[in-house]
Amino acid sequence: MTDNVDRSKRRLILAATTAAGGVAAAGVATPFVLSFMPSERAKAAGAPVEVDISAIEPGTMKVVEWQGKPVWIVRRTQEMIDLLSKHDGDLTDPAGNVPQQPDYCNNPNRSIKPEIFVVIGICTHLGCSPSYRPEVAPADLGADWGGGWFCPCHGSRFDLSARVYKGSPAPTNLIVPPHQYLSDTTLLIGDDKQKGAA
Amino acid sequence: MKYLKNLLGWVDDRFPLIETWEFHLSKYYAPKNFNFWYFFGSLALLVLVIQIVSGIFLTMSYKPDALIAFASVEYIMRDVQSGWLIRYIHSTGASMFFIVVYLHMFRGMIYGSYRKPRELLWIIGVVIYLALMAEAFMGYLLPWGQMSFWGAQVIVNLFSSVPFVGNELSVLIRGDFVISDATLNRFFALHVIAIPLLLVGIVFVHLVALHKVGSNNPDGIEIKKKKDANGIPLDGIPFFPYIVVKDIVAVVLFLIVFCAIVFFAPDMGGYFLEANNFVPANPMKTPEHIAPVWYFTPYYAILRAVPPMFGSQFPGVIAMGVAAVAVLFLPWLDRGPVKSIRYRGPIFKGFLAAFVVSFIGLGYLGLMPATPTYTVISQVLSVVYFAFFILMPWYTKIDKCKPEPDRLTFK
Repeated sequence: MTDNVDRSKRRLILAATTAAGGVAAAGVATPFVLSFMPSERAKAAGAPVEVDISAIEPGTMKVVEWQGKPVWIVRRTQEMIDLLSKHDGDLTDPAGNVPQQPDYCNNPNRSIKPEIFVVIGICTHLGCSPSYRPEVAPADLGADWGGGWFCPCHGSRFDLSARVYKGSPAPTNLIVPPHQYLSDTTLLIGDDKQKGAA
Repeated sequence: MKYLKNLLGWVDDRFPLIETWEFHLSKYYAPKNFNFWYFFGSLALLVLVIQIVSGIFLTMSYKPDALIAFASVEYIMRDVQSGWLIRYIHSTGASMFFIVVYLHMFRGMIYGSYRKPRELLWIIGVVIYLALMAEAFMGYLLPWGQMSFWGAQVIVNLFSSVPFVGNELSVLIRGDFVISDATLNRFFALHVIAIPLLLVGIVFVHLVALHKVGSNNPDGIEIKKKKDANGIPLDGIPFFPYIVVKDIVAVVLFLIVFCAIVFFAPDMGGYFLEANNFVPANPMKTPEHIAPVWYFTPYYAILRAVPPMFGSQFPGVIAMGVAAVAVLFLPWLDRGPVKSIRYRGPIFKGFLAAFVVSFIGLGYLGLMPATPTYTVISQVLSVVYFAFFILMPWYTKIDKCKPEPDRLTFK
């Protein structure tokens, strides 16, 4: 009996069975991998947020939540704005060449209006939320500190336009989200398309 | 008695009961010169059981929901009868697991337990260690405190530094664009069933591999080479009852320490349970100082020691990953003519001591904020850490070793 075995036929059947089994295994794995992806509800959670900015005092910051992330809104003073253009040499990307902001914010202030600055408060290094340190030259941050954000996790430093200083572990500037003004005192964060909507 | 014997015979005709008992216990011969370093294998098994049992009971009162997870842990601590005790047993067990496993691994390093013929046994052990790290990391998210949240945020973001697919990979792990309820829920599933199941499976395989090759010993020589007329190793003693009795002593001592921690210092001064984790997770605000739990800090210090290159954190992530799996390659890095530190020369001892200093030093620095001085020290210690492995083929070969004895040395 064993002498008459057609080995090439057996090898073909084995290969075909293995291939078919492999395809079936990949097919079965698909729904499980898909269930690991963000759900429709998670994808829908990015609805724009309306913020009243009239109560923000000059030099202070308001934190709002958008897509589960903190968004900072700062009303910068004139002194703060004046300082922004004075340390370009210390920054990794002063001109905003890496597209971390919408085109309409690609200016030295990284904002629509110079005094109102909107940015996502998540460090581009490993995702911590940096602390707001607006004071000039505090003891722990050194005499060169002109105000900005300091990440407590790994020591990244950002100026008041959330541009990263050289030598920080964070590779890029913080992200400016799409936003627009619905009125002088109302901001819409997360949407810059529907002009005039309220 | 007669009926019992009949029952045993009935079972044994249908299941290899006596055969298994003899193969793994009463006729499994272990070297007679075991010292206290050989406690930690069975203690690791004990902690695994403690974690599984206490974990099952915690699951009965815990809720894996971002809105109520933190409150459900407080409910366990305050309202569930003895809930505080079960939770502290579980949280202490996590840290004790790593203490026991680190000592167990160090035992293997000093006595050359990873050398031929135990390479596969060692590799299986390293896989257990990696699974244990995943288990601990996911478990730490469940209380949904500030450290849970921001620790997970940082670790998951490590994956987003992978070139090209990083962002998609981190979204796949989180199941969302940020650490959220979806992340908590899946980490819960992985922590309570997927990884424990895997762990129990590979621990079983670890034991099967161990019983095939037999234990190494402090002299690093094979007891199977010298057998009596019946084929029993001359320097071996049956695991049951002799080793079992020895291990019971270890269990009693271990449980005294374990209970002392559970009852008198469950948070161990912030090292076993971090103070910031008693604050509910707040995605809007990172705590002033975040650090992983102590058992991850050596690798975390290596991560921070590597500066960003080419505008990416990825090299640091690679260094961290390589550091965690480096021990895997020991069986092939070690070219020494002897296994045990007892017969090694001064060069190996020096390198091993430097390795221990670097591991503990990095562990300490990983807990501290990253100041420029500390970063430089971390960089030096990281180099020492990797030098221990990279230079091993060279320094184990040139080392002046003493001759190994013919039989076990035993006082």
